[in-house]
Amino acid sequence: MTLLTSVFAAIICTIIWYKNAPKNEMKLGILCWMFWGASLMWLVDAIFEYAELGAEYFSPAPADMLNDLFLGLSVVAFGLIIWLVILLIKDPKGIIKAALFKKKNA
Amino acid sequence: MACFLVAATEAVITTVATKIIEKKEKEQQELKVSFNGVKTEAAQKIPFSRKLKWLNRMLWGGSALLMFEHIWHGEIVPFFPFLTAASDPADAAQMIHEMTTVGVSMAALVTVVWLGIVGVTTLIEKRAEKEAKRLASSES
Repeated sequence: MTLLTSVFAAIICTIIWYKNAPKNEMKLGILCWMFWGASLMWLVDAIFEYAELGAEYFSPAPADMLNDLFLGLSVVAFGLIIWLVILLIKDPKGIIKAALFKKKNA
Repeated sequence: MACFLVAATEAVITTVATKIIEKKEKEQQELKVSFNGVKTEAAQKIPFSRKLKWLNRMLWGGSALLMFEHIWHGEIVPFFPFLTAASDPADAAQMIHEMTTVGVSMAALVTVVWLGIVGVTTLIEKRAEKEAKRLASSES
């Protein structure tokens, strides 16, 4: 469920990135790479788990599934927070700078 | 248990490599490409350091999100030795085994996928250049 959540997050981010390209004001590329990287890593985790459990891997207990979904959504929220921090620090639109500095009239 | 540490270590190495390559890279030459197959436009190839940044972002991002998962499962704690498995020799051996199997596979898969992306982008670049050459010769 965590893998599925991060894959969906990666797909949605990639679609939004492609729709807005070549503009990169929101730094969506960072979010795409981050979710794809995590998805690939969880895919490996899933393969190893499948090798251990076999077909049982595909029929988890409802409580485990719910916990994994909760974890997946929390991971997506954590990823969004990382992206937001990077976006505000890099400030590609100059919004933060404009809020911190007042332009002097010539 | 600590499988993400392998990918994080690779991320440190590739980030350092990116910085070194960035310093060594010369200004890219301008060339003609075709974006839509109809007309040619002046453009620049993206440098290799930028392609390496894609790998950095996948490795750092993936490691950060996996670290969150490990905190969630109580495998990482905010006090020494930080990894709960490290305090018990039997658990530590299992952790190292997991790092050498799952961790190495994770880092390898991310790298292989990145190599695939770099390969595909190189093909796209070559095709766009070829298309531009064909259009330029048909115009003249």
